[in-house]
Amino acid sequence: MRRLSLGLTWVLVAGGLAACSSGASVPGIREGAPPRAAAAPPATTPADPAARYRVTLAPSPLTPEQQIVHVLDRLGYGPRPGEVERVRAAGLTAWIERQLEPGRIPDEAVERALAVFPVLPLTAAELHRDYPQPRPQDVQRFQGGQMTREEMREVFPPERRPAVITAQLQAAKLTRAVLSERQLQEVMVDFWLNHFNVYAQKGPVRWMVPDYERQALRPHALGRFRDLVAATAQHPAMLYFLDNWLSTREDFTLPPARGGRKLGLNENYARELMELHTLGVDGGYTQGDVVEVARCFTGWTIDRPQEGGGFLFRPNTHDRGEKRVLGTVIPAGGGQGDGLAVIDLLVRHPSTARFISSKLVRRFVSDEPPPALVERAARTFRAADGDIRAVLVTIFSAPEFLSAAAHHAKVKTPLEVVASAARVLGARLDSPADTATPGRAAVAGGGAVLARQVAALGEPLYEAQPPTGHPDVADAWVSAGALLSRMNFALALAHNRLPGARVDLAPLLERVDRRQPAQVLERLFAVVLRGQVSSDTRRVLIAQLESPEIVRATADDRGPRNTDVEKLTALVLGSPEFQRR
Amino acid sequence: MHRCTRRAFMKGSALSLLGVGAGLGGVPRFLVRAAHARDTGPRAKVLIAVFQRGAVDGLSMVVPHGDPEYYAARGGIAIPRPAPDNADSTLDLDGFFGLHPALAPMRPLWDARRLAVVHACGSPDTTRSHFDAQDYMESGTPGVKSTADGWLARGLQSTSRPGASPFRAVAIGPRLPRALRGEAGAVAMNSIADFDVKSDAGPVMPGAVNARRGFESLYEGGVRDLLYGTGRETFEAVKMLRSANASRIAPANGADYPRGQLGGALRQIAQLIKANVGLEVAFADMQGWDTHVGQGAERGQLALRFREFGAALAAFAQDLGGKMADVVVLTMSEFGRTVAENGNRGTDHGHATAMLVLGGGVRGGRVYGRWPGLGRHQLFEGRDLAVTTDFRTLFAEVATRHLGAPAAPLFPGFRATQPSLGLFA
Repeated sequence: MRRLSLGLTWVLVAGGLAACSSGASVPGIREGAPPRAAAAPPATTPADPAARYRVTLAPSPLTPEQQIVHVLDRLGYGPRPGEVERVRAAGLTAWIERQLEPGRIPDEAVERALAVFPVLPLTAAELHRDYPQPRPQDVQRFQGGQMTREEMREVFPPERRPAVITAQLQAAKLTRAVLSERQLQEVMVDFWLNHFNVYAQKGPVRWMVPDYERQALRPHALGRFRDLVAATAQHPAMLYFLDNWLSTREDFTLPPARGGRKLGLNENYARELMELHTLGVDGGYTQGDVVEVARCFTGWTIDRPQEGGGFLFRPNTHDRGEKRVLGTVIPAGGGQGDGLAVIDLLVRHPSTARFISSKLVRRFVSDEPPPALVERAARTFRAADGDIRAVLVTIFSAPEFLSAAAHHAKVKTPLEVVASAARVLGARLDSPADTATPGRAAVAGGGAVLARQVAALGEPLYEAQPPTGHPDVADAWVSAGALLSRMNFALALAHNRLPGARVDLAPLLERVDRRQPAQVLERLFAVVLRGQVSSDTRRVLIAQLESPEIVRATADDRGPRNTDVEKLTALVLGSPEFQRR
Repeated sequence: MHRCTRRAFMKGSALSLLGVGAGLGGVPRFLVRAAHARDTGPRAKVLIAVFQRGAVDGLSMVVPHGDPEYYAARGGIAIPRPAPDNADSTLDLDGFFGLHPALAPMRPLWDARRLAVVHACGSPDTTRSHFDAQDYMESGTPGVKSTADGWLARGLQSTSRPGASPFRAVAIGPRLPRALRGEAGAVAMNSIADFDVKSDAGPVMPGAVNARRGFESLYEGGVRDLLYGTGRETFEAVKMLRSANASRIAPANGADYPRGQLGGALRQIAQLIKANVGLEVAFADMQGWDTHVGQGAERGQLALRFREFGAALAAFAQDLGGKMADVVVLTMSEFGRTVAENGNRGTDHGHATAMLVLGGGVRGGRVYGRWPGLGRHQLFEGRDLAVTTDFRTLFAEVATRHLGAPAAPLFPGFRATQPSLGLFA
């Protein structure tokens, strides 16, 4: 397999720029010249001199504390106890620049926490070995009543079932979101997982997903866009999910020994590659282009998909003829290179720069991306040849990013609401071994219990069926049932009813007197909402303090007039303010 | 941020007409609404939209077995010609069309003239993108992406009455579908049973009541934006649903819903109808129709989907019994699939498909729409079933004739170029 650009460093990026006819410089990337003097916006301290990517925060109407919380909410999953203070001390700009280079951020705590998920480092073949499907004869005997449930558990133990793979992946994802110091990396991995979505429940995709995230997405999450497209295009998870592994030249017939059946083109991947992965639906391609791109990718298949095999190019199923994609001729006889040529064509197309930029601006700024910022980000995308960090630098440095209009403009997705609640309360995530497995859950532990909450809120991770992945706009997540689920999650978390995700509210209250409900509430506003509380919410919750159940008048073991901190915390977590970032 | 302002105004003025304060002190809004919902009584009409996500193969659902090109084009995935002694063959409807054999539970509804088919139905837009085509079908504006609201929401808004129920429009699922987004307001719920605030010891304990009150007051502040507006509607709906006890209503007439997404949704929609909570429009999804690979024929992947689909619709009609006279079920899908089998015993994205209309005053036992034919020269772009009935013609006919919605706001910019189908007597 030809992997053109995996090893490219920023130096090569800069080299590519020199070849750019426009000669445009890429904002934020140091090209060997001394760092430019930053304009001294609020809340910044001198930038990290070792940073390769320079962020220059624009002047902002937000207070320095608002800016820090905004950045922690947008580039990550919200602040943890003490984090705002730590970022203030380190400098907001420096913090962002470090996030752009996750390799330089030590992350031992999360690495230790992830060690309890054995599926993570395994290949698809190893996963098939360790988490096999039940043998058909056992299933038959069990269903026929010739085998007891206990005997079935013996030959097909619950901890070795295929469902464990997805459950561990989901748990690991929550563990990373809550504990990782490399917050921007985790946000971007999630972004690309949805952009290049695969559905774990389709056929053998489940066994392929750990490798897909580890090899195709994670290394390139802050890298170059072309590498993402090339890596996903060749990954068995994508080849299977969008059916390209079955697509052959129109006139291909299986040998008689294998049934002699006529195969042919399958357009699924070709269409989604252009519509969802690169150009966008209005990016200027036709049905004719879909067919031509599908022809280019014929022969890109999987070696034994049911057993965890890898990418394979089968020359005899490849369409050797000439193709014409978006007006460009791809000469006959290109073989496996046809697909790579299509990828190069697509990733450098102006529609792709615009489409990817608008999705990134939607993720980091607002549901309705400001067109001027999208245009600037797209210009960076083109000038930097798809360097994702360069595009992010443009976005983070934009006045739109720290504007009043962007502040609290995004409604949190279920993943964001669950992870940010666990972070803001400093929840401790127990390992599966320390937690009883509830009900029929395949995996126990803090990450798993939080992942099930995310699913209950409507976002089953790794299990979005449509190729568009989970949505990133408020309209999709705000509904009556979803809001109730969010409130129920807040109650469960604050009352420590999620086994494995342990919350201790006492340290958050510090020295506040539990017998003074108004002081408790103020402290919760400060800790959970960082003081960003509307007058309505403040008024409503102060009125709640009169309730005999919030302020216990009865003598219980905590004494008279003892504030129900858990319920009050749940109300603050369930408030409209906490649903936004 | 202020997208709900107009809705707030409409609701506010409606309440002031009734002399009921919107804040604390007056009669609770939900009671007023519940009273109104009951006033409208059992004659209230209900429309159920069922979306087959992923583009159902209309040529397998309602098989044109009388078109010789069908068997020529389809090879191994064609559904066998009707044969009375073969339970796996097409169920003939009118000598030309037939139902997929897995849809056998729906056959009695056809025979009783309660089920109609509209074939070669679809969008004038040529997109083969699932996302765009679903978006267009739900916004009701093919080719126009900027439409903010959905066609069902517009229909509801134009028939809005003072004190309408918070349960006028319900979607079963975690998210509100595009078709119901808009100023009319609608409720999305995973399940009736989970639709409440649950504290330490279940929803009936005092702790839960207290937490519910707390959350309710947090979102009561009005409809300043999407979150607040939704929150307020949510709590009105919670209270009403609890008083109606809908989740305790068991299926009637021996109805047996299949397991799965659609069966669960229709079972709960039936509960809402029977609980008289003022339901007018309900929306349910069924996934799994994107059969690019190995779709099968009389048996196989697609047949399993049809089995669940047909059993769920038949159980729903059975469950509601006589109440079906006031209920119409309309099925839809974003587009159809290629006429020819692809290289993987499946079908790729096509154009027209078939849609079903069941119940109410529908003149069933007929296949509506002009059949464009499957000859190569008759196909859209040389490959797909052509659209001869714009989906808006069908949807508008159902909404105007069954729900009594005015036609104009439903589909902005749509001028019907064909006469109505005549689905209703």
